[in-house]
Amino acid sequence: MSGASFSKIRPALITGNKTYHQITEDICSPTEQVPGAGFVMLLMASLGLLAFGSLAMFFTIWYGIGTWHLNRTVGWGWDITNFVWWVGIGHAGTLISAILLLFRQKWRTGVNRAAEAMTIFAVMCAAIFPGIHMGRIWMSFFVLPYPNTRGPLWVNFNSPLLWDVFAISTYFTVSLLFWYTGLVPDFATIRDRAKGFRKKLYNFLSFGWTGSAKHWQRWEYLSLVLAGLSTPLVLSVHTIVSFDFATSVIPGWHTTIFPPYFVAGAIFSGFAMVQTLMIITRKVLKLEDYITVEHIESMNKVIVLTGSIVGVAYLTELFVAWYSGYVYEQFAFYNRALGPYWWSYFAMMTCNVITPQFFWSRSMRRNITVTFILSIIVNIGMWFERFVIIVTSLHRDFLPSSWAYYSPSWVEVGDYIFTFGLFGTLYLLFTRVAPVVAIAEIKSILKTSGNQYVEAKQKAEAEAHAHHSHARTMHKPDSQNPL
Amino acid sequence: MRKLHKTVLYGLYNDEEILKDAVVKIKGEDVDIWDVFTPFPVHGLDPLLGLKESRLHIAGFFYGLFGTTVAFSFMTWVFTRDWPIIFGGKPYFAMPSMIPITFEFTVLMAAVGMVVTFYLVCGLGPGVTNPYLDTRITDDKFCIALDVTDSSAADIEKYSALLKATDAEEIHTKTI
Repeated sequence: MSGASFSKIRPALITGNKTYHQITEDICSPTEQVPGAGFVMLLMASLGLLAFGSLAMFFTIWYGIGTWHLNRTVGWGWDITNFVWWVGIGHAGTLISAILLLFRQKWRTGVNRAAEAMTIFAVMCAAIFPGIHMGRIWMSFFVLPYPNTRGPLWVNFNSPLLWDVFAISTYFTVSLLFWYTGLVPDFATIRDRAKGFRKKLYNFLSFGWTGSAKHWQRWEYLSLVLAGLSTPLVLSVHTIVSFDFATSVIPGWHTTIFPPYFVAGAIFSGFAMVQTLMIITRKVLKLEDYITVEHIESMNKVIVLTGSIVGVAYLTELFVAWYSGYVYEQFAFYNRALGPYWWSYFAMMTCNVITPQFFWSRSMRRNITVTFILSIIVNIGMWFERFVIIVTSLHRDFLPSSWAYYSPSWVEVGDYIFTFGLFGTLYLLFTRVAPVVAIAEIKSILKTSGNQYVEAKQKAEAEAHAHHSHARTMHKPDSQNPL
Repeated sequence: MRKLHKTVLYGLYNDEEILKDAVVKIKGEDVDIWDVFTPFPVHGLDPLLGLKESRLHIAGFFYGLFGTTVAFSFMTWVFTRDWPIIFGGKPYFAMPSMIPITFEFTVLMAAVGMVVTFYLVCGLGPGVTNPYLDTRITDDKFCIALDVTDSSAADIEKYSALLKATDAEEIHTKTI
């Protein structure tokens, strides 16, 4: 959101001396040009993952959950780990669009469109897992409270698993609406440059947008209210996901720290995924002037903050397990660190606690290569965190005769690969069909954050300051001279 | 495409600051502005045009209230009247466990309701084609449009001159 305010200390968010027309050209051209070899290779790779994953999905649905290696003790394994991982990643998009809008952070305009798209695709990938893990996915509509002739038999509204159904569906719907509302003016921009079939397509997608002042006023109002609604939604959705575990009695699960721990972890992994995607996108689509090092650094600051919160949560869990004197809780954490899954705990601790600390250093935060590598490491670490929470707590709980070991089958790994293929394909197609940066919003911050305006203002400030102090040395006011 | 059967005299500007000064000047001459079109939301423009505040958030509040009422009453009815079941030794009316779904449904109804209202009130929707004045408005041009359907040729001359005096880069007439 632009204002007339100019900050003396904030650096430029748009570089390259852009004009409004230049912004339109730069951001629309990926949707208008034939894709290059790099894009085609990435798309082929994604489609390959999708193809192999589809085979695994077919096995899962046709032959059933027996193709997985879940057992009585470990009833949730890779399936729910992947579900929570993808949902967590999805939270960054809404946070960038909604919470940063409420905090008036102009830098969100460079990354919000792509981050919201990432959210929608991530939630789609996440939703697959509750669907397939129920076994009979064609009956999955049973989770919805529809009037039926079996009583009517209603769903259990007291169950966190059902709260999840409502939370994830609401989150997906609201994110989709928020994303699309922002896209309508940008689709109109592409429509007005297009010819033939593309013009018809974007005419349909842009809903007849004209750019009328009254429509813009309502659009801004709607964005603000949707942001206000989405913010508690982000916080509540991952809280409800954490309730899947926290409302149980399993040691290592039944803990009140889960809601803030999960939310912070979701933001942490989400921002890391946004970094991974943005670093590739800005390079391939030549959008470095819009997704600048300032954007990357701001997101790294969020990563170091939320990573530290997650780290503190880990230490809190360990401390409280010891302090509580509750032997089952103590064993749960002893087992995590030194039991058969010690390697996953070690991976989790290294990737999540140690690696984000690099971002305390300014030069590290502004280094693209370091950011890219660390963002992938963070996401690996967050996957291990969900794995550690779910599997290590389940495989050895109260009754030692029930203790078991779990490792995934190729079908479970394949299901995960399917989601990578789906996510990659959808995201790549998105970059070709829709503008990756929010065109109208970037234009609205050009006058306050474009580098030519920022430099001019800073120069004017410096000259005024020099003139003022020059004047002061010439005539010392007596009130400031105590002698 | 929907036809409005209007004749419109419009001026195109290159910059939002010039646009805002132009709006002030035109309003100062007591000329009715039909509409202003911009490539992005221009801050400070709405009060200059005398646009009333949108009431979308009031609608949103009522949609949300509807969601809260429906979700909470339905769950209460199901577990106290229709088919009460004891879950985990908790009372039939377990208000705390109804909160998450009530909240989510409130947000869902508010969001969906507001978005649908927004599109309806603006006359936008899938497949809708509204008449537009210039394809460069969604790029980098700002437009002030005056409705001259019922104006005499002399009046149109006067308005053109006024637009020129406000630094319009181009001035055109169009029937939409």
